[in-house]
Amino acid sequence: MLNVYDILETIRMIQDECLDIRTITMGISLLDCIDPDIDKACEKVYEKITTKAKNLVSTGEQIEKEYGIPIINKRISVTPIAMLVAACKGGDPVKFARTLQKAADTCGVNFIGGYSALVQKGFSAGDIELIRSIPEALSVTNNICSSVNVGSSKSGINMDAVKLMGEIIKESAEITADRQCIGPAKLVVFCNAPEDNPFMAGAFHGVGEPDCVINVGVSGPGVVRSALVKYPDASIDEIADIIKKTAFKITRMGQLVGARASQMLGVPFGIVDLSLAPTPAVGDSVAHILEAIGLECCGTHGTTAALALLNDAVKKGGVMASSHVGGLSGAFIPVSEDAGMIDAAVNGTLCLEKLEAMTAVCSVGLDMIAVPGDITPATISAIIADEAAIGMVNNKTTAVRLIPAIGMKEGDMLEFGGLLGSGPVMKINNKSPEMFINRGGRIPAPMHSIKN
Amino acid sequence: MRAVITVIGKDNVGILHKVTGICTEYNVNVIEVTQSVLQDMFAMIMLVDISAINKNFADMVDTMTELGNTLGLSIHTMHEDIFNSMHSI
Repeated sequence: MLNVYDILETIRMIQDECLDIRTITMGISLLDCIDPDIDKACEKVYEKITTKAKNLVSTGEQIEKEYGIPIINKRISVTPIAMLVAACKGGDPVKFARTLQKAADTCGVNFIGGYSALVQKGFSAGDIELIRSIPEALSVTNNICSSVNVGSSKSGINMDAVKLMGEIIKESAEITADRQCIGPAKLVVFCNAPEDNPFMAGAFHGVGEPDCVINVGVSGPGVVRSALVKYPDASIDEIADIIKKTAFKITRMGQLVGARASQMLGVPFGIVDLSLAPTPAVGDSVAHILEAIGLECCGTHGTTAALALLNDAVKKGGVMASSHVGGLSGAFIPVSEDAGMIDAAVNGTLCLEKLEAMTAVCSVGLDMIAVPGDITPATISAIIADEAAIGMVNNKTTAVRLIPAIGMKEGDMLEFGGLLGSGPVMKINNKSPEMFINRGGRIPAPMHSIKN
Repeated sequence: MRAVITVIGKDNVGILHKVTGICTEYNVNVIEVTQSVLQDMFAMIMLVDISAINKNFADMVDTMTELGNTLGLSIHTMHEDIFNSMHSI
């Protein structure tokens, strides 16, 4: 039976603590759109997306009204486009990006993810062409996201791809330099990329997924923080319990919305991604949760331990609340998208090395970090390699989304606006990893990958 | 199917009357009301049955929100499923 306290708690979470559904993401397989003629393939892609996702936005809006819960984004993820490029006899892969943008405009969705290639063990047909076209594709479109998986625990790290991605990220920043280098903000390099991730920029629709599926990503750092600040004297065990209970409630809401959306759209329900996804809004910060646990500023000693506790408790609380959990599931630590992280980076407490350590215990990786514009492609590649190694060895997803701030130096600010926020340009190590990166080849998979 | 209407804000004459007026207009039956006035703060939670609603539920949500805006109150109309799923196992 409903009680007054519960009702008011829910309303307070939504009104004052920024509780929301971050995204309903419809995964759409494009495998049946493959065609040797790139123009025909584009036609089929447009047709399929606009048919499947015709009612996605209106359904999202109706659910928002029904339950009184904001659904911030409606998104689409598609089969990695490199697989479609593979079949085409010539033709510019950017045509696919433009087609996806046209489909995004028609459906009214916020993003389409899947301008992607999976190259953890090597490049197959279409992969190189697609990767080389990423800078242009991200420059001529607004709502298309790209990702490249360069490593996995099973297959090791493709260092040729790592080298290439360093160059692609730099180039992507250069050709969008007049727009706050927005290109690489829509590009993620993964190790162990999940195939059902509803979050951008890394969402794509894996080949093992059904034809069409609904995945949901929740968000609620503000709710967790508000719950914690009420207990300044609680022990760590109690803190873990409070986080679990709060994560349970947040995830139940995600499960409810996902199930309802799937029923209304007649599309199977995939997963809930149990993530604490921050926004630059006041009171919606993961860094502030760590500070509520007891750190003076995020990034100081103790941050990794506090984050490990938070990440684990979120999963434990969420896992019982949902029938299927997937995606990235954990706490996100994007720098530019989190008010507390921005402050910590600006005042010098949070540095790149600490962020790297943090990525070993939470979901994702070095996310939305602005670096000096004169960074070399080899250094970007080396940062990617470090991060991929953490993912490979720890059997977890890691990712890199760096933004070389062209024409800027350490201490300057990149202003993206909206959900992407603003990023202080962070200090990097200037000693060269060039020789290591230029060797090429593949880092062998770790010993513990041999499990069969 | 049931929904929960919450009204929070400064107390005034006729709040209950206006809210239930909209319920009548939409053919929505009031099942339960709890109301308290602390100093001059008015807080009401109303459980209503929407199974016989004669228009779109989303329209009723908008009408209630508008009423809240004109009266300077915060009125939320939400399907009861969200509370049930968040607060019970």
